[in-house]
Amino acid sequence: MLTEAVKRQLTAIVGPENFQDNKASLLVYSYDATPQFQSMPDAVVAPRNTEEVSSVLKLCNENEIPIIPRGSGTNLSAGTTPLNGGIVLLFKHMQDIIEIDEENLTITVQPGLITLDMIHAVEAKGLFYPPDPSSMKISTIGGNLNENSGGLRGLKYGVTRDYVMGLEVVLPNGDIIRTGGKLAKDVAGYDLTRLFVGSEGTLGVITEATLKLVPMPETKKTMLALYEGIEAAAEAVSSIIANRIIPTTLEFLDRPTLKVVEEFAQIGLPTDIEAVLLIEQDGPEEVVERDISNIAALCRENQAIQVDIAKSEMEADALRTARRTALSALARLKPTTILEDATVPRSKIAAMVRAINDIAKQYDVEICTFGHAGDGNLHPTCLTDVRNKEEIHRVEQAFEAIFHKAVELGGTITGEHGVGAMKSPYLHLKLGEEGIDTMKGIKQAFDPNNIMNPGKVFAKSERKRVVVQP
Amino acid sequence: MITAQEKKRIQTEFQEKMDYDELLNCMRCGFCLPSCPTYIESGYDEAHSPRGRIALMKAVVDGDIEPDEDVKRSLDMCLGCRACEPVCPSGVKYGHLLEQARDIIYQNHQLSTSTKAIRNIAFTGLFPNQSRMRTLTGLLGFYQRSGLQKAARRTGLMKFLPENLRTMEQVLPEVPSLKQLKNRPDHLPSLIPQKKKIAFFSGCLMDSMFMSTNDATMKLLQYAGCEIVIPDSQACCGALHGHSGEKQQAKELARRNIAAFEASGADHIITNAGGCGAFLTDYDHLLKDDPEWAPRAAAFAAKIKDISSVLTELEFDKLPLELPEQIITYQDSCHLKNVQKTFLEPRQLLQSIAGGQYKEMKDADRCCGSAGIYNIVESEMSMQILDYKMEQVQDTMAKTIVTANPGCLLQMKLGIEREGLTESMRAVHIVDLLLEAYEYAREPVGS
Repeated sequence: MLTEAVKRQLTAIVGPENFQDNKASLLVYSYDATPQFQSMPDAVVAPRNTEEVSSVLKLCNENEIPIIPRGSGTNLSAGTTPLNGGIVLLFKHMQDIIEIDEENLTITVQPGLITLDMIHAVEAKGLFYPPDPSSMKISTIGGNLNENSGGLRGLKYGVTRDYVMGLEVVLPNGDIIRTGGKLAKDVAGYDLTRLFVGSEGTLGVITEATLKLVPMPETKKTMLALYEGIEAAAEAVSSIIANRIIPTTLEFLDRPTLKVVEEFAQIGLPTDIEAVLLIEQDGPEEVVERDISNIAALCRENQAIQVDIAKSEMEADALRTARRTALSALARLKPTTILEDATVPRSKIAAMVRAINDIAKQYDVEICTFGHAGDGNLHPTCLTDVRNKEEIHRVEQAFEAIFHKAVELGGTITGEHGVGAMKSPYLHLKLGEEGIDTMKGIKQAFDPNNIMNPGKVFAKSERKRVVVQP
Repeated sequence: MITAQEKKRIQTEFQEKMDYDELLNCMRCGFCLPSCPTYIESGYDEAHSPRGRIALMKAVVDGDIEPDEDVKRSLDMCLGCRACEPVCPSGVKYGHLLEQARDIIYQNHQLSTSTKAIRNIAFTGLFPNQSRMRTLTGLLGFYQRSGLQKAARRTGLMKFLPENLRTMEQVLPEVPSLKQLKNRPDHLPSLIPQKKKIAFFSGCLMDSMFMSTNDATMKLLQYAGCEIVIPDSQACCGALHGHSGEKQQAKELARRNIAAFEASGADHIITNAGGCGAFLTDYDHLLKDDPEWAPRAAAFAAKIKDISSVLTELEFDKLPLELPEQIITYQDSCHLKNVQKTFLEPRQLLQSIAGGQYKEMKDADRCCGSAGIYNIVESEMSMQILDYKMEQVQDTMAKTIVTANPGCLLQMKLGIEREGLTESMRAVHIVDLLLEAYEYAREPVGS
């Protein structure tokens, strides 16, 4: 609970219209896109500029009030649920494009800007910002930075991290710092830019970002390869990469996923085969043509029963849209959908897919798998019902087994969703106690009072996921 | 204010009547947010988004919050445009949840005397009753033709009305006389070798204030090869009631309409108002708990078709259609698009008009802010939404804005009036424009 004095001070900083604490407002900021997590904040505050962010943080630091920075609330690791109450910080007044620099090929933006709006703005100038998380139509850049979001194009172009050149950050004590800049080379001190990207709002509040742009690729081609066995598809992925071809996108969908995606999007996807690879290549026309024909040959060598190359941009776009909606289309089958993102080195894709299937059988749970096969980032998705406590318990056991297997194969517990509250109990699997202690030391240096998004990344103990009701 | 006792009753009814599976079906992915006009216009306020509203409904059921003024505010602010439904990957039937929630709140909450009076006149006195509707329209006609309108405007009487109602008064169509209103046909033959037998749902507002549009609709159907039956025992569709928390009355109207059309033996039941059409197709949901009426409602709902859809099916767009040169743009009727899934057909028809240059406006499928009586009860948000809409319309340089629903038509006329564009722009119902194009193409050259 906030004291009246704190409420008065917050209102004075941001203006009465940007401070809300009625029950309905608190309720609608008590969740994000993660099932089973919900907890009420004490207030919702929307600062209008960096100075106001700084004043809010300073006030909260002095009074040890938790701060939860929130974009559009689409994250899947409970990263923006206010587990310990506190203040949900909104960026609806900070969504400007400050500058598109066509000489240095950079864009400088405020954190509340919608990802797709930014992509449209740079594409209008013939430039390209590759990271494309599935939620880009509604996610904010601030959210992407804090979660280090990936996307479909990660294999060739990397993820959000690879496009961040400089940041303006407000620290918990109210200090405003700038990191990096429009510089290809910069070794002045520690790389704080990289530290903040993916920090899940636990170190400070990003208030401005300068991002790298690249020239728009000239052409793009999209194809589908169909398989009668999941493993044959996974092996084709490994063989494409091993043959020194890096496609823009190399996505994998299994049969249950295909079926629901087709039902939802109705674009003529085959639903009677076991696995599909959605492959895209972009670049100069002759390179794209050559790569696509080589990839098609490799797919056939690896027992593809059919290879289709999209004939028009419309056809290609429909295929991409279908993949983007995979997660949500799966949600039609059962009331609760739990999506994970265990990631392995891409050479281990086939082994991981096999392991997921075995684990699903072992714990008798329904798991559909799709994902960014090219970069080893799979999304085993469990269809269940939160009301069935016994099944939920088995689901949690299955996922724990999946995490163990991923780490055993040289992978990680999360490729792009972040640790948040959902995966904090498993972080030690990947980092070991020493690794966690090192990170805790960094957290302590920036945020000694633990006000920045508390309860995320680091688990209190190795407890399992819990349902937190407001 | 909602009293403590009312809150308790509302909460109990939420627990009894809200479809909990459907509430759980929302996985909170947030894909609906960019489609929601009130989320965007409120400056990204989650309380004014579909995801937020569903979370609030669920929280009331779960007992996590009370159904207080702020919860009611969030539900009241919804346009009910249902743009969130086609983009919802989980297929949440948001419109049904909203209707149920509003019904519970309005049935258990004592409204202020003036609000209650307006709702009573509209929902009980006027809309279910075609003859009263005709009388009112007749009065309006008298007002327009007798010089009363001019006098009212001259004396400054109008300035006592709120700004949007004042403008609304100016954009009301010139209505037919009482005598014209009373002589409605109940059967019309096809004017070419007959291809279909259809029944026409005339609608209360459409068959009074917009009677000429109904006449145009029937002419088009005759030209396209339809024999038309117009059952005279039909009633208002009940959409306004259903969307405003008066579900019981909506059900009664539904039963009356189903009975009225069952005898017609028609292939389809045609509507020319997107709002009515969508509500009619939802009759099966409305009456799902009524064992006697549920199957009849389903059979009725399956026959509903929009005029643009039957016209394209009958290849009306292949006939000669022509207009003097002009840019034409189309404003989707939310319910026609989001519920009846009819959005390609109107465009196909408009694109077939020679002389017309069809230009799609940005966000044509975003609500115009009319939304039943929303533009009267939530005028501030409605006008904010309309302002955005008019910017998009003006970017197309269109002379003619085409709509497919009477509410949208009035709202677009209001927009034109507010922007001072009456000289250069007009808003028309799609059937009026099609008839104009049909007749223009057949005028002798030089006439």
